[in-house]
Amino acid sequence: MRDIHARLKQRHHLGQFERQRPGLAFFTVPREYLRGLLLDLRDKEGFSHLVLLTAVDWMEEGLFQLTYMLNNRAEDVTFGIRVMLDRDEAEGDSIHDLWPTAETYQRELKEMFGINFPGSPRIDDEFILEGWTDLPPYRRDFDSLAYSQQTYAERPGRVTHDPREHMKQKLYPDGV
Amino acid sequence: MKDVDDKFLKNIDKEFPLREELRPRTVTTPDGQEIEIEPLKDYFCEAAPKVHPKAYIPIVENFYNWARANSLWILGFGTGCGAIEMRPLMTPRFDAYRYGIQWRPTPRQANLLMISGYLSVKTLKRAVRAYEQMQGPKYVVGLGSCTINGGMYWDSYNTIKKLDQYLPVDLYIAGCMPRPEALLAGFMDLKKLIKAGKCEGANKYAENFAFYKENQKSVIKDWDMPDYNW
Repeated sequence: MRDIHARLKQRHHLGQFERQRPGLAFFTVPREYLRGLLLDLRDKEGFSHLVLLTAVDWMEEGLFQLTYMLNNRAEDVTFGIRVMLDRDEAEGDSIHDLWPTAETYQRELKEMFGINFPGSPRIDDEFILEGWTDLPPYRRDFDSLAYSQQTYAERPGRVTHDPREHMKQKLYPDGV
Repeated sequence: MKDVDDKFLKNIDKEFPLREELRPRTVTTPDGQEIEIEPLKDYFCEAAPKVHPKAYIPIVENFYNWARANSLWILGFGTGCGAIEMRPLMTPRFDAYRYGIQWRPTPRQANLLMISGYLSVKTLKRAVRAYEQMQGPKYVVGLGSCTINGGMYWDSYNTIKKLDQYLPVDLYIAGCMPRPEALLAGFMDLKKLIKAGKCEGANKYAENFAFYKENQKSVIKDWDMPDYNW
């Protein structure tokens, strides 16, 4: 893993290398260098498999983090490549031509986080939700509970017991 | 609204536009005629469902109900995890067929709709459609706490919490999920209710049609089907 990183470092702008466990490491790259790095990893280093593409909402920092997990089966190495995007005009670069599966991930991100990927096929189609009119639901400023209470009728009488308090009350009613 | 950040307000202004091919418009036919079409109305009858009156003589109605109770045909429409709990009922271990209960693949051949778990808005649309396509007398059974009060999906952005707002439920079977034994007990209860003439869900749906449609449309934003049509 170290030698792959050392080789990549000569050609690319890589951020801090964070090794999580043997065979798994993360690093951050600027958005404009992402494509070159992915191409290099896929064609020269044998990272043929896009495991997943997902996003994290760093609301306080005003950033979205895209994570591209790439796997090299032969060497049993997985790299997580992070790209930070501006949260207000969230727009990433489509990689559907490198891995066709990315198309589906990008559609999901468009619907759930509102991150646009111009040029990705069927990016504007509905993915899971139908007729969604509110904020993208995985954004952290979307309050799922409040939305659910304002939208769906509730049956009264639902209560929640804190298990610790409940058992205390049940086992020691006099408060030993 | 307890424990809720009331600064978050749902966006209620935005309407979801009707799909282009469903909008009323003028088209030119192959022979050059210009005609107005309205796809949601042209192919469907607009008649609302009607209340099915009881037989004039009570003993006849009782006979009907006895017969109805002994022919329960379930629509094989699985939502959520309850679809898995229904499978063992079709096997020799639990064998629901000995009670005259069986599964059919299409709504036209079934008279019992089991909502077997949570319903997302997307699935609710299909469930409403399936229910309306079934022929009366028809019954709805809700399985599990998800259909009763939301269950573990109580704060989900996309799951309904109270099924009887949207479909007329005759019987709930509690549990998360109810085991096949509970389902069998539920079927027996349903049979008792039908025999007692208390399963009037389809008539309730016809009587309160506007109420049900309003509730359904309040959550299904892209309503791209006729109101009652099948």
